[in-house]
Amino acid sequence: MKVILDSRQIERIVEDLAARIVSDVPAGSDIATIGVRSRGEVLAQRLSSRLAEKLGKDVPCGTLDITLYRDDLNSPQGAGQPQVRTTEIGFDIDGKVIILVDDVLHTGRSTRAAMDALIDLGRPMAVKLAVLVDRLGRELPIQADYAGYMCDAAADKLVQVRFVEPDGKDEVVIE
Amino acid sequence: MLGLRELSAEEIGYILDTAVGFEQVSTRSVKKAPPLRGKVVVNLFFEDSTRTRNSFALAANRLSADIIEFTKKTSSVSKGETLLDTARNLEAMGIDIVVVRHNAGGASRFLSRNVNACVVNAGDGFCEHPTQGLLDVYTIRKIKGTLEGLKIAIVGDVAHSRVARSDMWAMTKLGAEVTFVGPPTLMPAQAERLPVKVSYCLDEVIEKVDVINMLRIQFERLGGNPFPSIREYSHYFGLTAERMKRAKGNILVMHPGPINRGLEIESEVADGRNSVILEQVTNGLAVRMAVLFLVNQAAAQRVD
Repeated sequence: MKVILDSRQIERIVEDLAARIVSDVPAGSDIATIGVRSRGEVLAQRLSSRLAEKLGKDVPCGTLDITLYRDDLNSPQGAGQPQVRTTEIGFDIDGKVIILVDDVLHTGRSTRAAMDALIDLGRPMAVKLAVLVDRLGRELPIQADYAGYMCDAAADKLVQVRFVEPDGKDEVVIE
Repeated sequence: MLGLRELSAEEIGYILDTAVGFEQVSTRSVKKAPPLRGKVVVNLFFEDSTRTRNSFALAANRLSADIIEFTKKTSSVSKGETLLDTARNLEAMGIDIVVVRHNAGGASRFLSRNVNACVVNAGDGFCEHPTQGLLDVYTIRKIKGTLEGLKIAIVGDVAHSRVARSDMWAMTKLGAEVTFVGPPTLMPAQAERLPVKVSYCLDEVIEKVDVINMLRIQFERLGGNPFPSIREYSHYFGLTAERMKRAKGNILVMHPGPINRGLEIESEVADGRNSVILEQVTNGLAVRMAVLFLVNQAAAQRVD
């Protein structure tokens, strides 16, 4: 196991992501974050509060469960008996700039599923992708708009993001 | 999914937890999700049904499956085709899940041993109606938080009720105390061997229970004369507004439907503030979506 990001670095990255989003998104647009369960949820909450500070207005935050949209549900070596959880988005996404938030972007398959799930909920003005770690190994033509840390881990390694809220401490490790 | 008797408390909990995630599919603008895209579900109903059949059909539609509706009256069963031949012919068309309701107990189990498609029991004889049992405990859990320690009465025609049996298995496994209430003629034989209490007097039970599930008198199944008159049955075992006055203020009134208004339950109570009868129907959709989804997932794992 190798720690690639500690809590201070993660904090700086989140701050940096928020700054880039603020300078990039047109002033006056209605902005909201939506985190992909489960680690994206925590990251989205943190981004939301940073964005709210910088913009001086409320930035709503929601959570998306993508289980029903995964592309490996019917494959024998795929999902197995996955845990379907709730999507909790307490606001209308129509016309908003949605910052879709995930912890790691790797194959791009989760992001594909998340976009399909999102589109079934309404029609945002734009969807931008923000991730903490951008890992090589894309299997679909999907790229992040805001990526924190670039990582080239071997295919058999696991890049694990941990947050204080569920895991007790902030860190990113390669196992 | 043949019955709740063989499931553990953990397995039942897993299905209920899964159903929670399906509730929101029915409340958003696009009321459809893709996990069963390209799969075929057959509603194979040898008995009449409003709620269960339509609920399964809508659940399958919301998961993007294709659905074939089979009813006994308009099929070749009226020409003498057997259950197994019917199922095998449908299977030859390439189906994935069979939802079966049949008047013979064990019909779904028999079918599951003889076809490759997944079988979901939608009611077999007097044996089980597992998705009804699941939606009943789902409804109770959603409102009361847990079933642990709750006192539940299941009242009426217990003998002919597969709902009572599935309810009993699910409720007792999740930690509730279940009492069957009804006239001795409508009690199952050897009820004392089941994990329930038995009472022949609703008035003794009504004050103590947190949940009361009123079963329909199933006239189509009654043989002989189990009670002297409808009025007498209603007097002793009907849930009347008068009787409700002695119940706990937060008692949940349930009924699997269809209701015989004024017989086992008065309209004032069925439509009253303690009634969750229509919530049961709404929750049934999420529960059936969860069951179809999980059954399909299990099948995907089986093909190795």
